[in-house]
Amino acid sequence: MFLVTAFAGLLLFVMVLALYLKSRPILETKTLGQLFLATSWSPSRGNFGFLPFIVGTLWVTLAAVVIAVPLCLLTAVFLSEYSPRWLREFAQPPIDLLAGIPSVVYGVWGVIVVVPIIKDHLGPRFGSYTTGYSVLAGGVVLAIMIFPVIIHISLEVLAAVKFEVREVSLALGATRWQTVKHVVLRKALPGIFAAVVLGLSRAFGETMSVLMVTGNVARLPHSVFDPAYTLPALIANNYGEMLSIPLYDSALLLASLILLLVTLVFNAFSQVILARLSRRVA
Amino acid sequence: MDRRRIEERFFQGLMVLSSLVIFLSLVLILVDILVKGLPAMNLAMITQGPKGGFYLGKEGGVLNAIVGSAALAGGATILSFFLSLPVVLYLNVYLRQSSRFSAFIRFSLDVLWGVPSIVYGAFGFTLMLLFGIKASLLGGIIAVSLLIFPIMSRAMDEVMKMVPRELLETSYSLGATRLEAGLKVVLRQAMPGILTAVLIAFGRGIGDAASVIFTAGFSDHVSFSLFRPVATLPLAIFYQLGTPFPEVQDRAYASSLILTLIIVGISVFTRLITRRFRSYTIR
Repeated sequence: MFLVTAFAGLLLFVMVLALYLKSRPILETKTLGQLFLATSWSPSRGNFGFLPFIVGTLWVTLAAVVIAVPLCLLTAVFLSEYSPRWLREFAQPPIDLLAGIPSVVYGVWGVIVVVPIIKDHLGPRFGSYTTGYSVLAGGVVLAIMIFPVIIHISLEVLAAVKFEVREVSLALGATRWQTVKHVVLRKALPGIFAAVVLGLSRAFGETMSVLMVTGNVARLPHSVFDPAYTLPALIANNYGEMLSIPLYDSALLLASLILLLVTLVFNAFSQVILARLSRRVA
Repeated sequence: MDRRRIEERFFQGLMVLSSLVIFLSLVLILVDILVKGLPAMNLAMITQGPKGGFYLGKEGGVLNAIVGSAALAGGATILSFFLSLPVVLYLNVYLRQSSRFSAFIRFSLDVLWGVPSIVYGAFGFTLMLLFGIKASLLGGIIAVSLLIFPIMSRAMDEVMKMVPRELLETSYSLGATRLEAGLKVVLRQAMPGILTAVLIAFGRGIGDAASVIFTAGFSDHVSFSLFRPVATLPLAIFYQLGTPFPEVQDRAYASSLILTLIIVGISVFTRLITRRFRSYTIR
């Protein structure tokens, strides 16, 4: 039992190490600048510029967070501070279901609903030609996918704020919203920040749905209507040919190493915050 | 009305609005998938594998993918259950509750939970290269069980934490060893939660595509051999949608409907089974 448990603790290190060893060939032949600041991606000619993918990932993730965070926070505050108990309990299964829907299904939905709307309505309205497969489509689909993460954790954090704190504020004559704004949210701020970071990291590593709706063009996007190519999509799209071109497999595993490290830092960071909060409550 | 009232009303309105948006997005997704998928549904979809020219719009179904996904997710769930069980028993029965080691393990599992599935796919793939395994059911099972192991063990851990310590102490005083107390008392008491954890993990496994794209490959045949490539439902959807033929894309919608129904079914089943099993536990 101890061995299996130790394995659980070591798995993370093993994964980092394995991916690092596999991506060493490319790290040895190229400088970091050649890899991360170059925009040209043509593996057969030996050019591995990751910049379009990194920037693409950032755009899509950012779009998702910008859409999701206000909606989720307002919903979480509504469910925890305003709604009656039955509504809060009623809301739980739909949120769980939203978390359970596979990402491919989100992708299909994005292709049949979001992409056409952007192509036919939103794009022309803002005067830009677009195929619909864009940063915005990825952002919308991802935002829906991270709703449950952010709402769920924010609800827990809000529930951990002591009830007396609210009573004091209300007794001093504050309205409910003032209580929320000045007291509850201020207390819950670190936890909510952690919830957002967790949502962000989920969006950062999401593969299939993004792959299906963002168009996958390896160029720097200039607007939300431009297509983008994210790091996870890069890995998923090229697994077939990666063994036939030198350094290609190494480059793709370097991409997964980047993903792993980024999500690791984000997750570790927010877990530390959440753990500290729950200790203070307990 | 004074400013405070207006502000209060304004934000209440915003909150109700955003809750509605979120709720409606779920309804919209389910309805859209249903509307698009239902016309393309037929019996052949779930009773036949792909026939010749399936990806050009000819006859066939996705039985290969349904069976493949079930075998893969089932195998991964079993494997990861036998990894998770010792971990959670060790954390909750053998270690002191305030131990540093258990805090570290829980922390690592939480972090692992957040690692994207494509990374498990890539890692699984490097493992397979190391051991000389080709894309196969076995490879897929390894990658998916790595993916669902943290989910399952953390979910099991949370319910085991809830088991009252007094129960453990009572069993010790009756002469039970730690293993007996763990397996016969804690495990049984936590049974509803454990079943939920297993089902959640199974649902995650059956719906994940990014981790199997490297590791399980794809195949048009129904096969249970551990060393052959196997089709999975999410990848079948992905490939069908990627073809230029409308008939095949329609099948992608039907397949998404099948997958969504499986997931909804698992989630309803989970709720029913937990309610049923709860009557066997001591409170």
